[in-house]
Amino acid sequence: MLNNTYNQKMKFKFSLLLAILLSILNITAQKEEKKVTHDFELELEAEYRYFYNSALFEGQKDHFPSLGISPEYSLAWNKGYESINFKGFFRLDVDDERTHWDIRELYYQKANNNWELSLGLKKVYWGVTESNHLVDIINQTDAVETFDGEEKLGQPMAQFTWTTDKYGSFDFFYLPYHRKRTFSGKKGRLRFPVVIDKDDLNYESGAEEWRQDFAFRWKHYFSIFDIGLSHFYGTGREPLFTFDDIGNINAFYPVINQTGLDLQITHDAFLWKLESIYRNAEAQDFFALVAGLEYTFSNIDGNGLDIGILVEYLYDERDELALNALQNDVFFGSRIAFNDTQDTSILIGGIVDLESSSRIFSLEASRRFGNTWTAAIEARIFNNIDTNEFILSNFREDSFFKVSIAKYF
Amino acid sequence: MKKLILIGIALLSITAITAQSAEERGLQIANEADKADQGFKSSIVNLKMTLKNKNGQTSERLLITRTLEQSDDGDKSMIVFNSPKDVKGTSTLTFTHKIGSDDQWLFLPSIKRVKRISSNNKSGPFVGSEFAYEDLSSQEVEKYGYKFLKENGNLLIVEQDPVDPKSGYTRRLVTYNKEKAYRLEKIEFYDRKNSLLKTLTYSDYKLYKGKFWRALTMNMINHQSNKETQLKFSDYNFESELSEDDFTQVALKRAGK
Repeated sequence: MLNNTYNQKMKFKFSLLLAILLSILNITAQKEEKKVTHDFELELEAEYRYFYNSALFEGQKDHFPSLGISPEYSLAWNKGYESINFKGFFRLDVDDERTHWDIRELYYQKANNNWELSLGLKKVYWGVTESNHLVDIINQTDAVETFDGEEKLGQPMAQFTWTTDKYGSFDFFYLPYHRKRTFSGKKGRLRFPVVIDKDDLNYESGAEEWRQDFAFRWKHYFSIFDIGLSHFYGTGREPLFTFDDIGNINAFYPVINQTGLDLQITHDAFLWKLESIYRNAEAQDFFALVAGLEYTFSNIDGNGLDIGILVEYLYDERDELALNALQNDVFFGSRIAFNDTQDTSILIGGIVDLESSSRIFSLEASRRFGNTWTAAIEARIFNNIDTNEFILSNFREDSFFKVSIAKYF
Repeated sequence: MKKLILIGIALLSITAITAQSAEERGLQIANEADKADQGFKSSIVNLKMTLKNKNGQTSERLLITRTLEQSDDGDKSMIVFNSPKDVKGTSTLTFTHKIGSDDQWLFLPSIKRVKRISSNNKSGPFVGSEFAYEDLSSQEVEKYGYKFLKENGNLLIVEQDPVDPKSGYTRRLVTYNKEKAYRLEKIEFYDRKNSLLKTLTYSDYKLYKGKFWRALTMNMINHQSNKETQLKFSDYNFESELSEDDFTQVALKRAGK
């Protein structure tokens, strides 16, 4: 009951916010400016994922043909300093939980000299490293979309950015609503023996998804240094798994304080990178970091061939409870870019666990065909996964290949 | 006799002047060209890039380039891709420096990531074209050593040797037009083995604000690969009054969306 009234209050707050937003739009639209630009884009994508090992759990399939649609619309005026942006997403898949839709972006933005304001659903990225994205916390991961976790759900926010000449930029986020992580369904791979329904996961906060959260980030650069410092206070994006005496899993979204640091030093062809977080919650405190480098041999053949070497060390104090299983691992990889007219590129990599036999290898390659088609292949190979790995062992038969083609309108 | 001595002295001093001035005159021409273009403040221009391979097949890229003039350092620029559509919104922000490496950031719209990138790769091709990154970056006087070669009517030909050892060239032969505010007419690029690699010709010149010449067509021919890239500029806008705030990482994200 208490929750209910609270929810209603929050819903009211949110609609108030929406009303303010619309009236701002109205005022600015009236006094502004002749030139309005519209832009509509559509991406259609077909993919096929094939898991070549027999499934570990009952009900899991091997073949996953799938379709994705991403429409995009933007409206800009006032020389582009004001805009409304929309990006939608729909996927149809064999796995019922992977069949899903989302509003990736729907926000109004106004920029004026040294400040910028965004209101609505938006995506924000923080960080510098390649193998893990520790610092990036604003958006929830669309975990059924990709294995690397780079696809995100649209996050409701008010974002205010203030840029100074000498002290870098300051970002303030008000995040009124939490979005739950997506999980594979019964037919899907890359899941636990028990199918987790995302709605079964509860919140530590009594306000549930309507807890009013805040985040702050400072970003600056001087000469070869790029630095970011951030703090997030609110409901975490990663669910926390705990176990009782009889082995029952209890999973919920904790309230966390997370401080993050990202640093890159760009020196000649070297990029030195560091990301580190400290997360504090009632049930859990931990520290994690990724540190490494990227070196690019450029234009090797005089024709534009670039070969980059990546090495990163990953540490997570949570040990085997780290959701992504990167607790004491080394990532090595190579990025090959042909810099041809088709933008052909290949990324190969591997993650080696320093404490067990577990290895994950990956390959991603893509190329454009004509002006409006792209094709991509991806492979993830789970090799010698230690059966003691609490999370990763569930995925040990889930190596897969994926081919996809996309058409842009 | 006196006359002869005088003539002799005069001749000597002329040769002394010319011997010393091939470098000086080259530098002087580069400075004149730089001076003639000072004061444009900022510009926005649409660019269509047509890439042609040796079989004549073409592909196109559409970009918007914003430039902000800096008086005491190299210019700032932002490039936004509009096509091909799979890379639409991909943008770069570059702070050129008269001395030392440039600062450069790349925005990837699909994951909304801003990434500082190395500007080490000067000689590599820009998006598969025949233009290297160094061909498109802001042309600062300090980046070359100079030697005046010859005068051909209005045309002055100057040899330029890149200061940066990472340049893909041993030298460039640059043709200036002295009657038209020292605008560029042609550049011939010699590779690291000192053989002719590429020729860039400037055409369809238009005068903006009564002072600034801009070539609306630039054509780069690679003599070794027989590939070509043509740049067509349109809708030059010198009235946009861009400021430092339009050349930040925040502005880069906004431009790429």
